[in-house]
Formats: sequence, C-alpha cells, structure tokens
Amino acid sequence: MATREELADALAGFALFADLNAPQLLSVAGSFEEVAFAEGERILRQGLTGSGFYVILDGQAEVRIDGTARSTLHRGDFFGEVSILLGEPPTADIVALSPLNCLLLGPAAVSPFLLGHPPVMFRMLQAQARRLRNANRWRS
Amino acid sequence: MTDQADQAERPFPPGEYPVLVVGSGPGGLQLSYGLRKYGIPHAVISADPGAGGMFRRWPLFQRLLSWTKPYAPADKETREYQRYDWNSLIADEPGLRALQSEHLDGSSYFPSRPEMQANLEAFADRAQIAVRYGVRWERTRREAGPDGDRFVVETTDGEYRCRYLVLAVGVAQPLSPPTPGIELAKHYAETREASTYAGRRVFIIGKQNSGFELASGLATWASSIAVCSPTPAKTSVQTKSLVGVRARYVQPFEDSFLGLGVRVLDASITGLSSVEDGIRVDIRRTDNGEGVSLVADDVIAATGFTCPLLDLPDLGVSTFGASKLPAVTPFWESSTVPGIYFAGTIGQAAPGLRKHGIPANSGAVQGARYNALILAQHIAERRFGVVVERPVVDHAELIPYLLREATYAPELWHQKAYLARVVTASSDGGLRDQGILPLAHALDGRDDDMVAMTIEADGNGGLYPVAYVRRGGMVTEHMLPPDPLLQFATADHRAALAGALEAFPGMAGVALG
Repeated sequence: MATREELADALAGFALFADLNAPQLLSVAGSFEEVAFAEGERILRQGLTGSGFYVILDGQAEVRIDGTARSTLHRGDFFGEVSILLGEPPTADIVALSPLNCLLLGPAAVSPFLLGHPPVMFRMLQAQARRLRNANRWRS
Repeated sequence: MTDQADQAERPFPPGEYPVLVVGSGPGGLQLSYGLRKYGIPHAVISADPGAGGMFRRWPLFQRLLSWTKPYAPADKETREYQRYDWNSLIADEPGLRALQSEHLDGSSYFPSRPEMQANLEAFADRAQIAVRYGVRWERTRREAGPDGDRFVVETTDGEYRCRYLVLAVGVAQPLSPPTPGIELAKHYAETREASTYAGRRVFIIGKQNSGFELASGLATWASSIAVCSPTPAKTSVQTKSLVGVRARYVQPFEDSFLGLGVRVLDASITGLSSVEDGIRVDIRRTDNGEGVSLVADDVIAATGFTCPLLDLPDLGVSTFGASKLPAVTPFWESSTVPGIYFAGTIGQAAPGLRKHGIPANSGAVQGARYNALILAQHIAERRFGVVVERPVVDHAELIPYLLREATYAPELWHQKAYLARVVTASSDGGLRDQGILPLAHALDGRDDDMVAMTIEADGNGGLYPVAYVRRGGMVTEHMLPPDPLLQFATADHRAALAGALEAFPGMAGVALG
C-alpha cells in the first residue's frame, strides 16, 4: 500500500475492521507495520516463542502442522492471535505460498489494541467461533 | 587531465562490470569493502559529490540518534568495542576501525551530522573505496548476454552493464500524504533554518522521530507547536526497544503534558487551506471523530520517505509499504527479480523473525554494516564460487565459544534475534563455524544439524541468549537465563547450553570445563 490512507481503505474492506470509522482505520493503519515475505518463507514457526499477530494484505499462506498442510489463508485472513492470547508458541508453521504482504502487530500491543477496539475483538471472536465450529464438524 | 589521472579521480567509467553498486552511503561503502575482501571485481557509482549518503544532508538538527562512546569497556581496536560504537564501519585493518571516535568533539556521544559525514569520508578515504561520484542512475533494463541476462543501468555518464546489481540508495525520497491542500505544507526535507521559525505557529504532521526532532529543534523559536497524526505515539522508553520516539525527543511530550507550548495530538488531518492569517488545518480526533480546526503559519509534513527505486518495479521488483521498500529474501535479494540486491538502510525490508514485535536495526548503520558484510560474502560464494573456509570447532570448545559470542559479539547485540553465530555438524560429527548469518536463513534455508546462537529481547526489558538447535530436521528453541551484568559465560549458562546440546552430534558427555 502506498500510503496510510490507501491502507486504511484496504482495511475497511476486511471483515475484522469493518466496524471502524475513518479516523479509527487511519489510526489502525499507523499502529500496524507492513512486512513482506518471499515465497516459501516462514512467517510463524511452530514451537518458537515471540511471534506476532498478522493480517494478510496480499498473497496466500499455508498453515502447516508438523510439515503437513492443513489450510490456506488469503487476503483479509489473520493469524498468530491464538498464540499471543494463550501465551504459548504457535502450534503451526505459516508459510508464504506466494510473495506475501502482511500487517504486523507485535505481541505486547495485541491486548491493548483489542481492548481499545471492542468491535475488532467481537469480529475476532466470531472468526474463532467459526473455526471452532468447523473443527468440530471435521471431527464428527 | 591525463587519462590516468581521470581514471584515479573518476574511476569506473561506463562499461561492463560483474557487480555494480549504486550508492556511497554507509551501505555502499561497507558492501564495497566486503566485496573487495572476497576479491569480487565491482564498480561503485553515486549521484553525490562525496561519501556519506544521507548523512551529507540529514538529520536537520545536527545530531544523530545513534551514539559512539569514546570511552568504553572494550579497547577501540577490538571487535567487542563495536557494541559501543554504532556509527563506524567495520574493517579488518586496525587503522580503519572505530573511526567515529576520532570525529567527536567531546560535547556529546551522539555525533553531529558533520561528524558522521567526516567519519564516513575518512573510511572511504583510508580504505581507498573507489567511487565514481556525480553519476545519477536514471533507468534500468534487462538484456540477454552471452552468459545469461544482464542489467543495463543507464546513468548521466552512460550505460553500465552488470550481472548483479546492488542498490544502496537509501530511503530518501520525501513522502507526503494525499491530504487535500498538502501543497501548502513543506516536507521535513525542506525545513528551513530554525531561527526563521521565530515567533511562528508550527504544525507538524507525523509522530515518528522526525516529527519530534523538529518539535525539539524548533522549540526555542516557534511560538507554538502542534505534532499530529492519527496514531498515539509511544516512546522507546515505553517499548523498551528502539521502537517508538527516541529518548532524545521526550521533551515535547513533557511540554504537552504540562500544556506549555507543545500539543501532541491524535487526529487525522482532513485538509489544509489558506486563510487570511495563515494555513487552516482541519483535523478529526481519533478518539471520538470530532472535527477541530486550528491555524498555523507553517505546516511541515514529517511523514517519512520512500525508497527511490526508479523503474525497478517495471522490471518486476515487488515493493511494499508506504516506504516502497523492495520485497527481499533473508539475504537481501529481490524476492521477485534474482540478481538485484539491496544494502544499507533498505535492508530493513528483510524482516527476520521480528520476535516479540521488535525489529532488527537493519535500517540503521549499526545493523546495516553487518548485513552488508554478510551480503558481500553471500554474493562472493553464491554468484562467483568463492570458497570461504569454515573453521573447525573442537567439541570441547563449542559451549564456551558460543557463550563468549553471546556475551561479546557485536553482531548479535546490534541485530537481536536477526543475526546468529551458526555452527553446523557434518555427517562425520565434525563441527564447522559457519560465521554470522541471518537467523531466518539458519532456521529455514538449510537442513543440516546446527546450533544458532542469538541475543534476544522480550520487550519487557529482558535480555538473554537463545540457542536454536536443529537435529534431524527438528528445530528446538532454548532460552538461556538472563544475567543482570549481561555475562553469559557462567556455570549456569554452561549447564543450560549443555542441556540444549545434549543430543547434538558428538556433544554427549563433553566436559563443561
């Protein structure tokens, strides 16, 4: 994204940030940092501490557990929050399937960010509920 | 002037070179030094009239954010001293080391801009880094050559052809937001001499270091100062890292808290317009969306810079972020156009692990200088088949060696969780020192048994060594205990590292010493 304004526009289209107004989106755009990864690079590493919270801006990534692909993540998807919320290392690798641009929020900033933006926390809760439902369907 | 004299004064005329380096700031100089060390023929060109890069112009208010201690716990000629000297370039020759300390007048351990420029000019001069100055890179294209594609770099002096192109051109192109009326503002890069702001109302857009540098530098002169952007600012003291506004610029925060002359505002700027008594700035508060207006005499956009990559995106170089940094591999090569590398502050584009959200110092000299030396060796080995010996490490020496590195290695201290000392085990169990490498490469780019030693920070003030051990393809992370005196060669550390390396080839039963 070329500017903070363009980034805020992009965020407005993501479900996670859909309830924020323009100044809040601009503030979020300034709170996160944009990072880029080459195809094949790992963004999260299974079992290693200190990882962050990521939102995919462009590209695709694969979720791998013990080297086995489990799912694919796309633009607007996010990852890394479970490990931060539980204070445990990630249980999966996240690997770039293409050149990947993400927004990054460091782990220490995640809790204040969510508490400061309850609509984002609610949207995240909804996404987690869907993941839990899908996991339960898969098991049954 | 004879041809010989011209060649000495203006080396590297347009033509074909195996490697072309563009830029003569710290990144270009350090990379050229490294390429020469490994015997790689290359040309260096620069648009500037002399060495120094951005430090020939910035920072505006004359002192850097990086320091050099003239008196430190380590002797100036040692590798350990580099930990206390963020500004000198790195060299094997004693006469080229710690040059910044020769260029400090004693009034501060943060060099002034001219002192930093003198340091870099001295390095270029004494190390005899040849640069063709006054040549501006204008366009780039690719053409087929007898041994594969080449890059053709068009300049004001003519065309250069190279197999490998290294850009060390900084992140120095002013960036202004698309705010309506932004043309009424001046960019940070156009800020006038401080006294010309005497008695004026100054509105600064942007709450990064440059915004607070201006607020601090203009405090003596401006009648009022507002510093504004949508996101609340944090200081480095709060983040316990170099993330955020540096401690040098805390004064405007204090003035704002006291309501004395400076306002630090969290708001988006919705528009600028000319009014009778100045420039009206319309803002919208981040917390409640309320619109507010104020009038200033001067509006300065301290909104950052972009990477001047010219037409490289047309060649396929992918960029990201507001600064238009190139997307790169852990060895700073374009992730979309192989053969194009980046050195200097652009190296911040390779994020590394970003553990605990803390970035490496690749955007600053103290980090970029090590990246450049690693890049030079990588280019020499990968592209030119140079064989660099990997010293054997005795099994009994591995643990004390790694703990010495954790305690003293400047590369690990300046590039936390980013660069690592890497020792590998071969199939016969022998240990080899692979040198200092990007941690991301050590973890993801190889599959041999290895141990990578880093220094890391947890963002809460904790500093400790971490050993990453790969055995049979599985990586495990071992945090060693912190130490209040930052000495990591204690019996506790030896025991902890021995535990981490228990299953490492040849390490079972090795005496701890």
